[in-house]
This record gives sequence, structure tokens and C-alpha cells, in this order.
Amino acid sequence: MSAALLIDILLWGSVAAVGFIAFQRGRPVLVASLREGGMDFINIVPRIALGVIGSGYIAAVIPQEIITGWLGPNSGWLGVLTAVIAGAATPGGPVVGFSIGAVALKSGGGMPQVIAYVIAWALFAFQRVILWEIPFMPARFVWFRAAVSLPFPFVAAAIAMAVGKP
Amino acid sequence: MSDQPLKDSAPADDAADGEPRPGHIRKPIGWSMIMIAVLVAVSAGLVYRRDGIEGVLEILIHDFWLFGGIVPRVLAGCLLGAFIAEILPHDKVSRSLGPESGLKGLLIGTAFGAILPGGPFTAYPVASALLAVGADFGATIAMVVSWTLIGYGRAVAWELPIMGTDFTLWRIVISLPLPVLAGALGRFVYVRMYPKNISP
Repeated sequence: MSAALLIDILLWGSVAAVGFIAFQRGRPVLVASLREGGMDFINIVPRIALGVIGSGYIAAVIPQEIITGWLGPNSGWLGVLTAVIAGAATPGGPVVGFSIGAVALKSGGGMPQVIAYVIAWALFAFQRVILWEIPFMPARFVWFRAAVSLPFPFVAAAIAMAVGKP
Repeated sequence: MSDQPLKDSAPADDAADGEPRPGHIRKPIGWSMIMIAVLVAVSAGLVYRRDGIEGVLEILIHDFWLFGGIVPRVLAGCLLGAFIAEILPHDKVSRSLGPESGLKGLLIGTAFGAILPGGPFTAYPVASALLAVGADFGATIAMVVSWTLIGYGRAVAWELPIMGTDFTLWRIVISLPLPVLAGALGRFVYVRMYPKNISP
């Protein structure tokens, strides 16, 4: 897909740009940051291997119909709450989360519920918090951020309910 | 927010510059990894019982390719984070993204998260780097939430093709105010949880 290629180009372009700035600051700066980045990479890759290669199995054993059945348009705030819990519990990468959202939408899920689901999943899907955020960032910050994010799927659902479907 | 500097926050002077970058990441495989490993093993066992060895292999091969595609981006993300931590001047970052940066800091964090290329492998190392060079929790939360909800990376690569354009645009419009709100809430809670901040 060309969008993915574009993002890769942007990503490596940014790396080259900040790398060049580091290079201009002098060799020691460049070497130090290369070593720092390389060590981070070596430390993180095994975790990501487990996460990416393992999440397929977790996703395969979660029955998607169960998740989508609870998100109907008449489910109201209870449906939103269910959606938020389901979003937090959804394992796997972006394909899984968005696919469930798409299935929910197609099988008659309500817009506020599906929005709450996607946003909850994006903000604090349990597996991603553990696999991606904890390895990269200070744990205290990660839990703090997740806790602070809790109200926002509900806020988004409220906005969606107030504005109505476009 | 007032200009009155808290004594302990943002030591923007010479003295602070000598300290090494606060440690992060380097910790051995912890309980969270063990938990996930167990979960994966149990799930793989269930898949084996349901679909046999072909089912297990099919998922393994598919995810292995996925992993292969991600690894270079992980490297790019780690390098980006390391370079940014190295070249960003501490005093400037703590002025524009620190605890005293006000709404402007939250907006800068939000804008930064929205334009940051790449996936979690970029956003999280960069967030960690920002924290290390003087950004506060509020601005960093705004950045992470903004990257998650209104960043174009995930939306273009995954959400648009799977969920469709209507839903994606609608969802992003609704999400626009959330990063600033989350950052503001984060700051509000942080100041009350850790009053008279503790040395970093």
C-alpha cells in the first residue's frame, strides 16, 4: 500500500533530519545517540516479537460476535460502557480493533457505541499498554496516562450522541 | 497559569545540564511479559485444539511477516527518540512543554503528536524522550493521546481502509478536543497527587 510507503519515507526522513542535526553537534553526540537508540532497539525487539507474533493467537480465540452483539444502537449508555470495556479488553493490533469496529458498524452497532469502542481501544487497550507502552515509557507515566484517559471515550460518545449521525 | 516559578520545577540553569538522561527501558523481562507469554501460550493451545497444527502455523506465518515489516520501523522509532533526546535543549523543552507551559504547552504537545510519523514504535520512544528532557505529564499525555486519536499514521494505514472514510473523518473530528482535555486533566490530577513536586 502506498500510504504505508509514504509513512515509512516520512519516518526515515525524520530520522535522517534529526540525525543530521546530531551530526552537526559533533561526532560524540551522534555516536552517543546511535548507541542509545540501538540499545533501546535491542531491548525492545523481543517484547515486540512476543506481542506481534503472539497477538494473532489471542485474537483468534476471542469470539468477535460476542463483542459486536453488545453494541446495538438502542443500547444507550449501557452499550457505551460495554463498548469501553470491550475496547480495553480487545487484544491484537490495529487490524483486530478496527475490524471488530467495522463488523459492529455493519451489523447494526450504534455510532456513539462504535466510536466509544474505537476510542477506548485506541486509548487504553490493555494488551497494548503492557506490550508497547510499558517497555518504552516510565511505568508511572503509562498508568497515569491510562487512568486520565478513562473519561474520554464517554466524552466522545456524548459528543456523537449530541451531534447525531452526519 | 501564572508565571511564578515553582522552586523545584524546571531547573533550567546550568547545574541541571550535567545530569545523565534519566534511565528508562533497561529493565529485565517483567511480570507483564510473563503474563502475556502465558496468555499467548494458552491461546495457541486453544487454536491448536480447534484448528490443528495448520491453524497454528497459519497464524504464526502471517504474524511473522507482520513482525518483519515492523522491525525496521521500530529501529527508526528508537533512533528518532534517541536523537531527539540528545538534540533538544532541556531548558527550551521545559519552558514550552513543562509544568508551567499552560494551554500553549498542551497545544504544542497536541500538534506534535498529530504530525509525528510512524506507529507506537515512534510515538512512545519520543514521548519518553520528551519526559526525560523536561516535558511534564500533561503535555506528554496530550502528545500521546493526540498521536493515538488524531495522528494520521494509524488512520491512513488502518482505519481508513477498514472502517471507511465517513466513520474515520467523523471520529477524528469528534476526537479533536480530547488531547488538550486529557492533558489538562492530567496536569490537574498530577498537581494534586504529587503536591510540591518531589525531585524528578
